Amino acid sequence: MNETVTQGYSYFPGCSLTRSNRAYDISTRSVARALDIELVEIDDWNCCGATAYLPIRERRAFVLSARNLAIAEKTDRELATICNACYVVLRKTNKYMAEDATLRRAVGRALKAGGMDYHGTVRVRHFLDILVNDVGEEAIRQKVCRDLSGLRVACYSGCQLSRPFDDLDDPEYPVIMERLAGWLGATVVPFPMSAKCCGGLSMTTRPEVGRQLTGKLLTTAKQRGADAILTACPLCQINLEGYQGPISRAAGADCSIPVLYFTQLAGLAFGLEGRELALADSLTPVEDLCAEKVGAL
Amino acid sequence: MVSTEAKQLCNQFLENVYAIPHGEKIKDCIQCGTCSASCPSSAAMEYGPREIIAALRAGMLDRVLNANTVWLCVSCYSCTVRCPAGIPFTDVMYELKRLEVDQGLAKDSAGAAMAKAFAGVVDRHGRNVETKLLRKYYLGTNPLKVLPQIPLALKMLAKGRLEFWPRTIRGIKGLRKMMAAIEENGTP
Repeated sequence: MNETVTQGYSYFPGCSLTRSNRAYDISTRSVARALDIELVEIDDWNCCGATAYLPIRERRAFVLSARNLAIAEKTDRELATICNACYVVLRKTNKYMAEDATLRRAVGRALKAGGMDYHGTVRVRHFLDILVNDVGEEAIRQKVCRDLSGLRVACYSGCQLSRPFDDLDDPEYPVIMERLAGWLGATVVPFPMSAKCCGGLSMTTRPEVGRQLTGKLLTTAKQRGADAILTACPLCQINLEGYQGPISRAAGADCSIPVLYFTQLAGLAFGLEGRELALADSLTPVEDLCAEKVGAL
Repeated sequence: MVSTEAKQLCNQFLENVYAIPHGEKIKDCIQCGTCSASCPSSAAMEYGPREIIAALRAGMLDRVLNANTVWLCVSCYSCTVRCPAGIPFTDVMYELKRLEVDQGLAKDSAGAAMAKAFAGVVDRHGRNVETKLLRKYYLGTNPLKVLPQIPLALKMLAKGRLEFWPRTIRGIKGLRKMMAAIEENGTP
């Protein structure tokens, strides 16, 4: 563990984590507790600026993100987030504000009108990055108390974990989640689709496009013999688990497969209860998977 | 033939693109097609990303706006990271999305309707509320299209994963003042 871990992190859950994908939030908090990582939710946070909002109202989206960053800046800690989209929008705001003086002044004036200011000092981190690069292999391996070697996982990073910003991982073939899953003791199956798009919001706006993209991910994971797909993003998660019925029917093949967050896998490895990981929220049957593939060490 | 007026609009648009960080790199496009080959939704596009750049440089903004391309962009950033000329093409798509929404040019586009519904919910509450977003979206487009979504909605409901009562952030008044101060292109 490095020094950053002992300082703790500010925490930005993001909108979809409050209800529809609360399993990600719940399992993140449980895993942090198990590892003695302090996560302090920032007060009265708002929407990050989001993939749906940013394109049509860019400067407003930067204000939305900057308001969150301004709140986090008061704590003097790094800001942990778990949604890939929040991760990119918060980072994009930091980057564009740093590079573009006109934008920086405009956003600064807007924040001031609402009684806030932001000096650009908050470092935004994905919780996956924190586990792998701050907590590290040794501390993670020490904590493992269940045998996951019978569980074959396909690690799916999604787009925005390593695109457009590729400093965390390779933008084409990311490996960070595979490293973590390996330390946790799971069997990692080769999954070349790790950074291919799930279709994002096109699953709603253009279902024929979204289902095709998610379908490729599901069929590849099944072909590779995975028992479960791991994700790091709430939208990827719902796309992957929510449409398996119609995708299976269209593909003429069984595409049903449990979809877990990497935090849920970590919690299983650390011996946490299903309730602490909100496993019952899954739309795909996770109980059988856990009973069959997760054993005592 | 492209009319002078259309050409002027296109030039104005290109100026906006040049103002994006690294946006001027669009001038360096070598038409290699890496962007189109990388795009996960290009198969469904009338013009792929490479053709969009060619059309913009030829002053054919109207063709770009009449195609279904823009709202099929899923923000995966594959084109952006792979472009050998370093063109931030995802941001160019965003510039086009803004132009369409600001000028009311997005005809019958589900993607535009989704983005506008999303912005409406967030501006109202400070956060997104999925049930409200989807209600606004389907009522504003084709309400019948909600039917295939009902099985999933029922499953989510049974799991307690649907939020019905929007929670508004405490600092909404401050946030509204910030939004008024940023005044984006005079649009609400």
